[in-house]
Amino acid sequence: MAVGKEIRSKIASIKNTQKITRAMEMVAASKMRKTKDRMQATRPYSKKISQIIVHLSHANPEYKHPFMIGRDVKRVGVIVISSDRGLCGGLNANLFRMMLNQIQQWHGRNIEVDICTVGGKAAGFFNNINANVVAQVSKLGDSPHQMDIIGVIKVMLDAYTNGTIDQLYVVNNEFVNTMTQRPVMTQLLPVKADSLEPKVSGHWDYLYEPGAKEVLDHLLQRFVESIVYQGLVENNACEQAARMVAMKSASDNASNIIKELQLVYNKARQAAITQEISEIVAGAAAV
Amino acid sequence: MAMTIHVDIVSAEQEVFSGLAEMLFAPAELGEVGIAPRHAPLITKLKPGEVRVKISDKESQEFYVSGGMLEVQPHLVTVLADTAIRAHDIDEARALQAKARAEEMLNDKSGKYDYALAQAELVDAVKQLSTLDRLRKRGS
Repeated sequence: MAVGKEIRSKIASIKNTQKITRAMEMVAASKMRKTKDRMQATRPYSKKISQIIVHLSHANPEYKHPFMIGRDVKRVGVIVISSDRGLCGGLNANLFRMMLNQIQQWHGRNIEVDICTVGGKAAGFFNNINANVVAQVSKLGDSPHQMDIIGVIKVMLDAYTNGTIDQLYVVNNEFVNTMTQRPVMTQLLPVKADSLEPKVSGHWDYLYEPGAKEVLDHLLQRFVESIVYQGLVENNACEQAARMVAMKSASDNASNIIKELQLVYNKARQAAITQEISEIVAGAAAV
Repeated sequence: MAMTIHVDIVSAEQEVFSGLAEMLFAPAELGEVGIAPRHAPLITKLKPGEVRVKISDKESQEFYVSGGMLEVQPHLVTVLADTAIRAHDIDEARALQAKARAEEMLNDKSGKYDYALAQAELVDAVKQLSTLDRLRKRGS
């Protein structure tokens, strides 16, 4: 029957698309479990090291590390962590929108912005809008290693030490739950004391072995690395979760469209049959 | 009951130990340190070696760390290890293998390998083995 050939081929093509989105949904679901585990596994370390940094900012060290002293802000550095691939709903778009607002605010206060991108999408976006991208790394895969990002972090830390930038931020998506991801911006440098923690009273300081300088250099660098790494694995988990949700709604949409098209097709087919019968009947009556 | 101190041992990959202990021994860079409750605040780097947590007179737990940091607050000790393994979980065969490989790399003078990396690996493997050794002696 020639009726509704276009509709049938359309249904078939949507079914194919649906197969793909289903498969992507399932892949994302299993990857999400893994990335979530990884995120939770590395959390204690970054939590503990931030705690130590908070303690440290309450101490009165005889050696003030440059990372702990605030300066007048003329130029800030931002490490933007995004996913490498798209098809994950509004995850990256939301992040970039927040960044743009922030950049505008900074520009309003005559503050320049240097950007360091992690992940392919951020690199594409910020190169496109002609932002000042000083370092970029991408294609880190689903199980990134700390070693992969040490290079770009060093670029930013050196910039801070040289005085090129006066503040360093990291921007990534925070994993609230599977349905919700939220872009967050965290200040890394200068180290900000958490005002929630009760201040230890009295004048005290750590004993440093072997020396305050070596220990603090080491510790603060570790701190930055671990926070950025934590942001990266968290963003990874967000990416998979967002992709899972996006693909699920795509599959559902495909189901709806197929249902509607099927209805249209059936109606057309029925109309054709009815017409044929009435033609035959009319023909028979005429004889 | 004896005075206790809260001990947290975390590695970059996971939380390894968290709980109360009477004392903690760790391989600081300038020599082994023992931390009792109400120790003065201290921050130090760690060498590869054994961290021992004395939970009570009868019970203690050993961990192998490949370096890291140690932070001491009067009632809280945090060990930030690069990698930490429970001493019982050290895989002797693998440690021996790693040692052999590192030695081979050191002896290979063709410059194909990174000398510093090989040396670090060797130290790591040797320390793991010596931790195991000590554990055995104590057990027997």
